[in-house]
Formats: sequence, C-alpha cells, structure tokens
Amino acid sequence: MSSLAQKKGFGAFIWDYLTTVDHKKIAILYLISGGFFFLVGGLEAMMIRIQLMKAGNDFLSAGLYNEIITMHGTTMIFLAAMPLLLAFMNAVMPLQIGARDVAFPFLNSLGFWLFFFGGIFLNLSWFMGGAPDAGWTNYASLALASEGHGIDFYSLGLTISGFGTLIAGINFLVTIINMRAPGMTYMRMPLFTWTTFVASALILLAFPPLTIGLFFMVFDRLFDANFFVVEMGGNTIIWEHLFWIFGHPEVYILILPAFGIFSEIFAIFSRKRLFGYTALVFATILIGFYGFMVWAHHMFTVGLGPTANAVFALATMIIAVPTGIKIFNWLLTIWGGSISFTVPMIYAVAFIPSFVAGGVTGVMQAMAPLDYQLHDSYFIVAHFHYVIVGGVVLGILAGTHLYWPKMFGTMLSEKLGMITFWFFFIGFHLTFFIQHFLGLMGMPRRVYTFGADQGWDLFNMISSVGALFMAIGVLVLLVNVVLTQVKNVRVGNDPWGDGRTLEWAIPSPPPFYNFAQTPLVRGLDTYWIEKMEGNKEGMVYAEPLGDVHMPNGSIIPLIMSFGMFVAAFGALYFLDDTKPWALAVLIIGLGITFGSMLVRSLKDDLGFHITKEELIEDAKRGGNTDGLK
Amino acid sequence: MDLNKRYTAQSWPDHPETATLEGKNKFVGFWLLLAAETVTFASLFATYLALKDRGPDASEFTAAGLFELPLVFAMTMILLTSSLTSVYAMHHMKNHNFKAMQAWLGITVLLGLTFLGLEIYEFNHYVHLGFGFTTSAFSSAFFTLVGTHGAHVLFGLSWFIALMVRNSKRGLNMYNAPKFYLAALYWHFIDVVWVFIFTVVYLMGVIG
Amino acid sequence: MMKGLTNWRLFALMTALLVFLSGCGREEISTLIPAGKVAQDQFNLLILSTIVMTFIILVVSVIYVLAIVKFRRSKLGDDMIPEQVEGSAKLEFIWTAVPIVLLLILAVPTVYSTFDLADVTAMDSVNEEGEQNNLTVNVTAKLYWWEFEYPEQEVVTAQELVVPTDERVYFNLISADIKHSFWIPSVGGKLDVNPENVNKFYLEFDKESSELEDGVFYGKCAELCGPSHALMDFKVKSVDREEFDQWIAAMQEEPEPAADALAQEGEETFANSCIGCHAVSGSGSAGAVGPNLATFGDRNRVAGFMEHNEENLKKWIQDPQEYKPGNLMPDGETNNGGEPFSEQELDALAAYLMSLSVEE
Repeated sequence: MSSLAQKKGFGAFIWDYLTTVDHKKIAILYLISGGFFFLVGGLEAMMIRIQLMKAGNDFLSAGLYNEIITMHGTTMIFLAAMPLLLAFMNAVMPLQIGARDVAFPFLNSLGFWLFFFGGIFLNLSWFMGGAPDAGWTNYASLALASEGHGIDFYSLGLTISGFGTLIAGINFLVTIINMRAPGMTYMRMPLFTWTTFVASALILLAFPPLTIGLFFMVFDRLFDANFFVVEMGGNTIIWEHLFWIFGHPEVYILILPAFGIFSEIFAIFSRKRLFGYTALVFATILIGFYGFMVWAHHMFTVGLGPTANAVFALATMIIAVPTGIKIFNWLLTIWGGSISFTVPMIYAVAFIPSFVAGGVTGVMQAMAPLDYQLHDSYFIVAHFHYVIVGGVVLGILAGTHLYWPKMFGTMLSEKLGMITFWFFFIGFHLTFFIQHFLGLMGMPRRVYTFGADQGWDLFNMISSVGALFMAIGVLVLLVNVVLTQVKNVRVGNDPWGDGRTLEWAIPSPPPFYNFAQTPLVRGLDTYWIEKMEGNKEGMVYAEPLGDVHMPNGSIIPLIMSFGMFVAAFGALYFLDDTKPWALAVLIIGLGITFGSMLVRSLKDDLGFHITKEELIEDAKRGGNTDGLK
Repeated sequence: MDLNKRYTAQSWPDHPETATLEGKNKFVGFWLLLAAETVTFASLFATYLALKDRGPDASEFTAAGLFELPLVFAMTMILLTSSLTSVYAMHHMKNHNFKAMQAWLGITVLLGLTFLGLEIYEFNHYVHLGFGFTTSAFSSAFFTLVGTHGAHVLFGLSWFIALMVRNSKRGLNMYNAPKFYLAALYWHFIDVVWVFIFTVVYLMGVIG
Repeated sequence: MMKGLTNWRLFALMTALLVFLSGCGREEISTLIPAGKVAQDQFNLLILSTIVMTFIILVVSVIYVLAIVKFRRSKLGDDMIPEQVEGSAKLEFIWTAVPIVLLLILAVPTVYSTFDLADVTAMDSVNEEGEQNNLTVNVTAKLYWWEFEYPEQEVVTAQELVVPTDERVYFNLISADIKHSFWIPSVGGKLDVNPENVNKFYLEFDKESSELEDGVFYGKCAELCGPSHALMDFKVKSVDREEFDQWIAAMQEEPEPAADALAQEGEETFANSCIGCHAVSGSGSAGAVGPNLATFGDRNRVAGFMEHNEENLKKWIQDPQEYKPGNLMPDGETNNGGEPFSEQELDALAAYLMSLSVEE
C-alpha cells in the first residue's frame, strides 16, 4: 500500500494522527497536548497569585491551595515543559541529522500516548475526589498522610508518563547514534541535536530512580508496604534521595534542549557560526555529567551532616563553570555578527540576562550555610522560576516562533510575537524578581496565606500584577496562532533566510519521508556551506534517487497506553473496600497492554516502500506532501 | 527486508543481529534499555541496603536469621547454567542452525522455569514464617527487590516462548534474528542481576 | 503631556522608594536583619556572594549590551555576511579559569561555615557538678504546633520558645508525625524536623526580643506539612540570663489556682473538657497531646498566628478547624460532650486561660 494514496475526510484526518508514527506529526501531537497542559498549569499559577495578592486572602481554601501548587508544579514540569521540548526534538532533530525518521517510529508513538494518558490520568484527579496535595516533590511523610486518592493519581500518572519519556529518550539516543546522514560526524551535529542527545541520556539514567520511588509510594499507599512508614522501620529520606537523584538531572533535561534552541537562534540571527562550538559541546556534556552528582544540594537542611553538605556544595558550584562557558560563547557568537531582532532572537537575547540572574542565585544556594536561610523560602521559588521560566519557557517560546514555519508551513506574526514577548518578559521579571526579597524577608514557600503583620504585602501584590502580564502575553500568543493558521500563508524552505542546518534545506513542512535522497554532510552548518557555495538545491546527495522504505502507522501504541490507563484505575482503588471491581480492572488493563504488546511482537510489520516514480511525482507537486493532501 | 529470502549457513552473515539498520537500532536501543534497568536495580539495591533488618520494634526478622544458603545456591547455579545454555543457542543462531538453537532455548526455558518455581517456593516459605510483603520495611524492600527480578525472569521466559512458537515454522531470517539475540541478551542481564542479589542479599545477609 | 510625564516619573520614583524602604522586611522575621551569630554568618555569606555575583553580572552585561548595540543588522546593512569565527582557545581558557577563581573565593568560607554551624560537640559537655554547660532545648514538631522541652530543667512549654541571650542554645529536633522544618529567619537558617531521626544544631540570640516592635521573634515551619502549613508559626522570646532563670523557676512551680470568680468557673470547665490534652503546669516532659498552656496568658498569639485577645480565643475554642484547617484539636461541641460551649462558658474559659501566666 502506498501512503501517498489520497484519503479524505475529517475522520481519516483524526485516524491518521491517532495512528501516526511520523516524527513530525508526533511532534505536533506533543506541541498541542503540551500547550494545553501549559495553559492548565498557567491557570493554576494565576489562582496562586490571586490568592497571595493580599494578606489573609480567602480566594482559595488551605487544602485547595495545596492541591493547586502541587498540580501547578507537576503539570508545568512533566506535562508542559517536557512534552513541549520533546515536540521540538521530534520535529527538528531527525531533520537536522538528515534522517527519514527516528530509529523506532512505533515506540515514538507509544512514548507520546503513554505521556498523554499519564497526563490525563493525573488531571482526572480534579474530578475524582481531589488532586494531589503534597507538593510536586511529594515528600513521603506528608504524601503518606494525605487523605483521598490525590497522591495515588500523582504516583500512577507520573509512572505512566515517565515510561513514555524514557522510551522517547532511548529512541532519540539510538536515532542520533545510528541514523546520522553520511558525513554527519558527532562534531558536525547542530547544537540542538547535541543537547537532545545529552538530555536523552539524562532521561535514560534519571527516570528509573523516579519510577522506583513512585513504585514505593504506590506500594506503601495502595498495597500496605512499609518503605516510608517510620513505625514499621521505613525511612522517608529514601524518597527524598530517589526524587532528587531524578529531580536534579530533570532540571538539565529541561534546560539543555532550551540551550540548544538558543544556540541555533544565536547562530541563525547573527548570521554567524557558533563561537566555540567544541567548547559548547563539551560544556553540554559536562553539565549533563555533573547533573548526577549534585542532587543532595536540594537536601542541605535535611541533616545529612557537614561532610556531605560540603562535598555537595563544592560539586554544585563547579556546574557554574560549564554554564558560564556557554554564556560567554553565545555572547561571542553575536559579537561581530549581523544581528536581526526577529521574535526568536529577541527571546534569545532576553534569555541571557534572565538566565544569568537565575544562575547566580543558584550558586548562592550552593553555599550550604547560606542555603539554610534560602531553602524552602520564596528565594528558591524566585530562583527556579528564573531558570525555568527565564531559561526553559523563553526557550520554548523562542522555539515555537522559530520552528513554527518548519512544522506548519506558516509564519507566526512577528508583530503579535513582539507584543507577547514584551508582556511576558516584563511580567516575568515583575513576578519573580521581587520574590527573592520576599524569601530573604522570611516568607516560606508553599504558604496559602500570610498575615498582615509579616511585612510581605506590597511585594506579593507586585508579584501578582506581574503574573497578570504574563497571562496577557500567553493569550496574545494564542490569538497569534489562530490568526496565523486562519490566514494560512505558506512559506518556503528557509523562511528566516539565514538557516544554517539541514532542516532549512527542505520544504516547510517537509514531506513525510523528509529527504527524497539522503544528504551528504560536508561540515558544521551544512546548509550554510552549500548556500555560500551557491548550491541552489541546498544540499549534495549521498545516494541516487531510489525507493524509500517507510514504517506503517499503527493504532497499537494508543491501545497499549490505554491499557496502562485502565490498569492505573484498578491499582488506585485496589484497597478500597467499596470497590471490589478494582482488581478486575487492574487485570483487564494489564491484559490490554500485554496483549497488544504480544500482537505487536507476533505480527510482522515490515513497513512499505515509496517508489522512485512516486518521489519524482511528489517533487513536482512541491515536495511537501504529508501523505494526506 | 524480504522475509522470504532463504539463507544458508554460507550466506548467513556473521553478525545477523546487526546486519540491518533495524537490527542495529534494536541492538543499540536495547543496550541503552539495559543501562536504564541497571539504574533501576541500583535504586532497589540501595533501598534494600538502607532498610535491611529494619522493622517495627517487635520485629524478629533479620537477614541473618531468615535466609538459608543451600536453596539459593542451587537457584544461582540453575540460573547461571541457563545463561550458558542461552549462549549455546546464540552460537547456533549465528551458524544458522535453527533446530539446535530452538533446542538450547528450550533447555534455557526449562531451567528458567525451575528457577522461578524455586523462587515461588522460597517466597511462600517466608510468608508461612510470618514474613510477608507488609511485615516490615525490610520485608517490603526484600520482596520488591527480589520480586522485581522474578518478574524480569517471567518476562524473559515469556519472550523466549513467544519467539520460539512464533518462528517455529519459518526458521531464522534477518527479521527475527535480532529478536532472538536481544532476548538472550536480556537473559544474561537478568542473570548478572541475580549474581548481585545472591551476593548482596543472601551471602552478605547470612554472613555479614 | 509634559505634566503627565512628570507625574508618571514621580509615581515611579515613589514606587522605587517604597520598594527600597520595605526592602529589608520586619526585624522580627527578616534574614536581612540578623539577630544572632548564625544568621550573621549566613548574612555575611549572602553579602560576599552578592558582591561576586554582581561582578559577574556586570561583566556579562557590558559585553552583552555592547554586542547588541554594535552589531545590529539595521546598522550593518542587509547584505553583510560576518566572518565565520570558529572560536578562541585563549578566551575559552579565560572564562574557564576566572570563574574557578571566583568560586574558590566562595568555596572556602562555605566549607568553613558548613562545619562550624554543624558543630554540636559541646552540646553534652558538663561542668564539675555534672550540670550541662549549655542550654539544650528539645523541639518536637506536631500538626501544627511546636513543643519545647528543657530536659535539664524538666520544664516544658509550647508555641513560645524562651531562650537566654548571648549564649549558645542547642536544639534537638524531632517530628511526632510528618516532616516539618524549624526556622527562625532573623536568628539563623532552618533545619528539617524529620520523623525518623533527631537533628541537632545551635543558635545564638544576640538581641532581647523586648526591643522588637512586637516583642518576639517569629518562627516558621518551612516544610510543607499539610493544609495549615502556613499557620504553623511559633514565637521566640529572648531574655537575658537572669530573666531566663527566673522564668525557668516560675515554670517549675505549681500553678496558682484561679483568682477571680469567672476564671474559677473557667478552671472547672477546663478540668472537664480540656485537661485531657492540655497541661497547665510548666514542669514535666515532652509528649503531650496538645500544647502546654502554662504560659498562655504571656503569649503573643492565639493558636500561633491570631491576635492575642479573648475574642479570638473564644472563636478558636469553639471551632478550631475554621481557623487552622487540618489541626487535631476537636471542636467545642466535641470537647463539651455534645453541645457547643455557651457564651458564658467561653467567657469563663477565656478568662481562665488568659490568667495562666508565669511572668510578673
């Protein structure tokens, strides 16, 4: 069967997305669902800021507030930031290395659906007896004491979506190791591909400890185990270790791809090769490596003893060095360039001072004795929002504008983009800068209210106003997206005019097979090299035009993930006396999952071939068919 | 890839598991998965060591009092032997000798089932002594660590059986060779984990 | 137009001034106004690191601003193709080496201070008579209140920690339920209160709390511990050694019976409804179900955070969940055997509780 065959209708369109194994469509799925959860998390953030707008406010009750902060953190990290970055990794990385797809297209789809069902499961807690309320860190003693099923939604939901992320990580690693086009040596890979590579390695090694911790939590709460039950010999500090052994690398899993996006942007919009490419690559690897050795700096106040605290303090400080290397190399990239202040570039330019501010407060907190004051105060809230919003979210917004044309073939409005940027950027600093001082003035984090006698009123008010600005910025972005897609003005291969890497050498959006002929890579910034040498086609080819092998779509990933989703409900209600059907649901769910796994493994799926003739035909039509139109 | 292509011992490649791009991808991907599995078990081991012998004040169960080495030593030998028989199977896979491969895999599965049976007997024995999953922090950590390994054994056996049944009629080709290879690799990994469990849980438990 | 601009400037200036003035917070709770050695050490580290970090920010900012001003495409022309520079080993070396030096400047005091602040070796030292040289306080955190036991003196109190100034006070911290964190911002950084192990550290109080506007330092729980985490406050009274000894002596005495009629009535009600959980004598040891009330009349707050008056006290007794959700105190109805306290009973209880005092 040729998938170039014409299919029509809305149903076929939906079915196509449900069964797709095409990395570009999966990217769009990640973008939409990540974007949706970003809005949900943003709404929760607004509620937090409304509650804290003035002393003694009663907009939210104490219990509800804890649910909202927990879901805000969990949603933003696991269901918004990570999938949005995975969207760009999926959309761009295979194109950057000249591959026709990822190594495991089926698993790519499975990874998405696991994340999706995990996220849905977690958020269903709102409608099924209450959301988790022990903070996104879910410290064990509080989590075990939490009533209702909120915490169970948290542990089971994150377990499922964590499997999805792990699968995505392995997939990207293998793709980069095995599927680079001829000539694409490691040291010619675009920096975004490099950061994808390192972030995936971090996912690979960081998610298992989280999964184990979550399993312990599930066992303790739902199957009467005693890992964290102090009276039964358990120890709650184990959770803290497992969580942060995951949690610290997680921060780098988020920030490294954002670094990658900014690296691309600085080079493109300065029209200049990245300064110190080698140093940037090694700094990325070093950051990833150190990321695993510093987890206990989240636990300075736990009472691990001065030796452990001193060692982890020093290890943490060292991370500032490779991060500094990156900052200076970016500065030197734009130095001597020809800077064009497009929306992606303005985000990148704004990122530098924002992230440096977040970085230096990070070093301050690495000083263990000082951290005794800063830990769990609003200072830390300010710090991590500076790195995550000032780094990751700015990176995601920049990436959205930069890669929108490559993903959708249309260009977001620059004018509205600027409006979004200014609202968001000013709002961001207004919200979080002042929070450093709130922390120093003694305000602990995660408080649902504060007294008028504490002296924190004014700064909290300012912070809330800032949040409103950010919300306006995001709304303008939504308008921008809608208007752009309604106008539907199509763009060419290299809409920014200064693309340097392979993805800009092919149509926007690319045909579903990406490259009719595998390119031959002749250096770093290969498209730029070809352009400068006057090559009209934008690349040289490593093979003659021939038949192309592509994988078949499949609905199995969705069914498999759905099985996990069902099983999670069974586990959730396992101990409830009123729900004797829980065990049956658990078995049915696992049956669906393992059954579809068996079907997948027993049924041969060899993919299909696009013939040379079809490729020539497609090229005549503009070469950007996605297999539907 | 052509499933109908017939291979002989001569035309069969030296490394069938990595002869195709799909095979290569699976090979690298599986090693990475094993890296993740290693971290998983490392977390379980660390937790076990932290909670070893910990229980409520009245708990009388300790590793030294509970574990008995002879049975576990027998289990270890059986699993190690099954690793060896899976090596033979892979040797025949590389020589394109399908029947011999199936035979050795069959022996591997039998040994694995014996191991699993003994493990179930062992767990059952502990439960009868009053040492169940919910008895103490120690018991939860023990059953989770060893039980997770047991679940891996079960999955490995199911994988072997599914492959053997599915391919019993059509023999080896470039599509299923990587699958056999990876199942065997997985089996070795399980075996290595058991060696650590034997050392850390049982030997150090009884002696240390 | 000009006038509008001036007004706007004035407004901006006023705002900036306001922000600056309130920038240090209240001295009862701000880490920026240290009132003890530990907080002072930590504040010094804050200043040191801020100086170093400001230097880094300045360097980055200068390069950054110059770059985005000098190399704008609108200035250079659309067709300019910059030179594709690969990098510079010399520069890479500089921006690797300089930060390392700066970090060393921070690392040395960090390591020194980490060990210094964790040094509790003197905690159990005794003099020739076998008395401890230093005061030790055992802190037990409970949902959502704090119990302070003075083991050597066999005194126990709750919610308001009383300590002597100008000497080291050692703390043993443990939680009776879930994890909390013990933090007196203006006196020193926090230490977690874990359910499974005792954490030890010391603090020094340089300033008498009577000099403060509110008369007490504010203490906080810094680790999310449930709905009323935000309200799990305690207060610290620091007094000179002489006054502290008097306070201990007063605590060790049996409480005097209530003086006036209303309070006597309250005492009876208390004996029927409250005494199961709350002790009114300060002598004893830790482990009570509810906070010790021996010093209630001397306290600064009701339930740790409400203004200290009879009105609030009565509201609290009648319906604790309303004010501190998730706390473990039964409501008035339960305590009174099925029906809410009458207004008369509440007045009596409040009068009695307010009369409980060990200070002159």
